[in-house]
Amino acid sequence: MTNAGLKTDDIAARIGEAEHPHSQVVHFGADKPLKLDAGVLLSSFQIAYQTYGTLNADRSNAILICHALTADQHANNRHPVTGKNGWWEIMIGPGKPIDTDRYFVICSNVLGGCLGTTGPSSINPATGKPWGLDFPVVTIRDMVRAQAMLIDHLGIDTLFAVIGGSMGGMQVLQWAASFPDRVFAAMPIACATRHSAQNIAFHEVGRQAVMADPEWRHGRYLVEGTAPRRGLAVARMAAHITYLSGAALHRKFGRRFQDRNAATFSFDADFEVESYLRHQGSSFVERFDANSYLYLTRAMDYFDLAADYDGVLAEAWRGTRTRFCVVSFSSDWLFPTAESRAIVHALNATSARVSFAEVVTDKGHDAFLLDEPELFAMVRGFLGSACVARGLGK
Amino acid sequence: MLMRSRKTQVEERYARAPNGQRLDHLLVAEMVAPGSRVLDVGCGDGALLQVLEARGVDGRGIEISREGVNASMEKGLAVIQGDADTDLVNYPDNAFDYVIMSQTIQATRKPREVLEHMLRIGTHGIVSFPNFGHWRVRLGLLWGGRMPKTGILPNTWYDTQNIHFCTIKDFLDLCDEIDVRLERAVALNAWGRPLRLNAPWWFWNLFGEQGVFLLTRRR
Repeated sequence: MTNAGLKTDDIAARIGEAEHPHSQVVHFGADKPLKLDAGVLLSSFQIAYQTYGTLNADRSNAILICHALTADQHANNRHPVTGKNGWWEIMIGPGKPIDTDRYFVICSNVLGGCLGTTGPSSINPATGKPWGLDFPVVTIRDMVRAQAMLIDHLGIDTLFAVIGGSMGGMQVLQWAASFPDRVFAAMPIACATRHSAQNIAFHEVGRQAVMADPEWRHGRYLVEGTAPRRGLAVARMAAHITYLSGAALHRKFGRRFQDRNAATFSFDADFEVESYLRHQGSSFVERFDANSYLYLTRAMDYFDLAADYDGVLAEAWRGTRTRFCVVSFSSDWLFPTAESRAIVHALNATSARVSFAEVVTDKGHDAFLLDEPELFAMVRGFLGSACVARGLGK
Repeated sequence: MLMRSRKTQVEERYARAPNGQRLDHLLVAEMVAPGSRVLDVGCGDGALLQVLEARGVDGRGIEISREGVNASMEKGLAVIQGDADTDLVNYPDNAFDYVIMSQTIQATRKPREVLEHMLRIGTHGIVSFPNFGHWRVRLGLLWGGRMPKTGILPNTWYDTQNIHFCTIKDFLDLCDEIDVRLERAVALNAWGRPLRLNAPWWFWNLFGEQGVFLLTRRR
């Protein structure tokens, strides 16, 4: 891992993807400002999004996919920066659980992101330079407000479904609370209605790693031509551990050595797991903006849905007619099943139509991105019955 | 795996209508007013909920087994994974018109508390259970000297989920004790047919393989 400053064209490329992404983009001018929870008006911003499938004539088959912390709008297409397949290709596509032959699937980059929706690496119109830390702190609710503007722009009144895992699940919960009449079905996966102290603590470790990197330059690295690669990579390495279970890590790597037969008595990456984590860290910095990482982790930390309703979670969804399907994973210690049960209890208290199941897996939090046939069956069953209820046919 | 085979084994022993629906399910469904809101506690694979939803009932389920929840979800039913003994606490008063426990109450740790919760959450309760007063059971114990095994109770004592057996008479006593009113009672024989309506309780208790009861709160 080198810590050389970014080359000029790297910076141009990075700002380029933020400003002129390989995605559809909608601009909102000063006439349509976004009022943020921080009390600031964000006027002139843009949302980058991808769509898959076809919107039907009465615009009733749209599914919004909300992405997780470090994912983006490229859920089901080749990624413009990494060249890899979409992050939820296993779930979305023709004949897949989220069937693009039936549904019109929308996935937008979140507010504060770095792949085309306005965020800290976008150009601040007031200065002509990247926002950096001048970008206002955004919340999950702000992200959802922005998504609602995109949905308005697409001429869609009610979303057939809003689906997402982890931070995406938080957005799903917020959607159902903020726009109950615009969400027919909601599927929050591996998430919670608030970030726990433990989760905030992990995020703080990540942020401190970024900010401790001298190349971070108080968030002005894009202007100064540096890149806090080392800090962001360490943040990613620490976070990545929380996405897996101890059992899965052991199953994958055990105590095996990497390209050697014995310990080297050095601080080289002797173990496979070290090498794996270093790779995770270094490949992450190629596609993600350090400041975005700060802003998005902050948004998750601030999320506490019940707090917006005097501490009574059930009030967030009082009288809701949205159909819910809540899913957790048995080995997820970042958003353990108890958090999903709290969502279910609150929904029960409002007499909402809710399904819930815990998928047994040793794959940890990231299980929602992986091959989990039980999850696929649930998505199919839930969307299928919602289709019938919505009059979309069997 | 053991659970599955055992469940299927039991499933196969219930008497069924020509369309494959269980006769005891149809009887329960008849007790539910169309258009009402129903919570099925211990809904299994969702078969009863499906019968109910086909009749325009707004149904929800709770099921402890993972495979039951998955099967229900695949049918598009609103079912949550949970435990009657611990999770009914989380439901508000009067949330449902009917709370059903179909062949479930004998598998709970605290049947009395569960029954009380049922009638707190719902204005009506419907309970069906295998009658341990049935003559086959009595004979089994009397002549065999062992814990009886019957058509719908095929498991050994150490292998059964049914931990609180009762007879029809026992259940009636419990209803009295917690001040629950009996709206309707039906006993089904081994072929799933209702016993004579005007028969005395002792007759039902002896010849009913299952009891099905519609209950309301006495206030």
